[in-house]
Amino acid sequence: MEEQDRKIVRALADGIPFVPRPYAALAEKAGMKEEAFLDRLRTLKAQGILRRVGAVLQHRRAGFAANALCIWNVPKDRLDEVGSAVSREMSVSHCYSRETVEGWPYNFYAMIHAQSREECEKIADRIAAENGLGARQTFYSVREGKKAAMRYFCENEDESDNS
Amino acid sequence: MLSDFDKAILNAAQGDFPLESRPFAVLAERLNTDEATLLERLTALKQGGYLRRLGAYFDSDALGYQGTLVALYVSPTSLPSVIEAVNRYDGVTHNYEREGEYNLWFTLQTASENRRQKVLGEIRELPGVERMLELRSAKKYKVRVQFRLE
Repeated sequence: MEEQDRKIVRALADGIPFVPRPYAALAEKAGMKEEAFLDRLRTLKAQGILRRVGAVLQHRRAGFAANALCIWNVPKDRLDEVGSAVSREMSVSHCYSRETVEGWPYNFYAMIHAQSREECEKIADRIAAENGLGARQTFYSVREGKKAAMRYFCENEDESDNS
Repeated sequence: MLSDFDKAILNAAQGDFPLESRPFAVLAERLNTDEATLLERLTALKQGGYLRRLGAYFDSDALGYQGTLVALYVSPTSLPSVIEAVNRYDGVTHNYEREGEYNLWFTLQTASENRRQKVLGEIRELPGVERMLELRSAKKYKVRVQFRLE
């Protein structure tokens, strides 16, 4: 990634300020003109490097009290099919396939959010039934330790690649 | 309780935020309100703890970062200190205590294999950490955190 783009990413590390012309303020941090900054963001968006610009809620405060990491073991040749089906679910925020490790055969991971555990179980059961999934392990969150946006290219010197 | 207007704002703000000079004015028009009112409500929703952040979300792979999910079993008495120690790493973006045979789950983004191994090695040695699983992502199917408020 070019240094100019790194500057843009760093300028956005603290989010978008609630002022009438937020990109003008961010562009200034990156040492750019507002229009050039916006043009570059549009390009990065079109390339998929910028996934999206938008709001993230405090989901518990907003009423989503049941948040479960649900994991399954899916046959390898079905992962893509199941992954795209589960990704269409509104209640699923994150969906990944992962490498298995010894003693842990699970390779398919989905975060399901609902207003109650009862509702969450129903969603997970339906997802499993519709996709022919087997035994599930469910890990409900009981406490949020941290949820933060990644601050890319902001690592301290002592955390750099050469340390 | 959130008003219908606030719910509409939170739903709209979770969509694609305009890449325009006056993005709040564009969003306000969609909500049949004006820029100043929208900015005032967004500020209140953030202060009220409903809105976590308005931000730009990048594809970590495209920026050269590798992500991993790590599961720990931590003895219950050590949980508070381990949670705090894990939170201190910049590359840790999510860290949740969960019920089950692994009771602490966190995600780690790192720009190099060295860094990843160093961080995970340090965490594995924390007092109270009894088991650790490193679950590297193979394929990302969805990352889209959107909560529809009705």
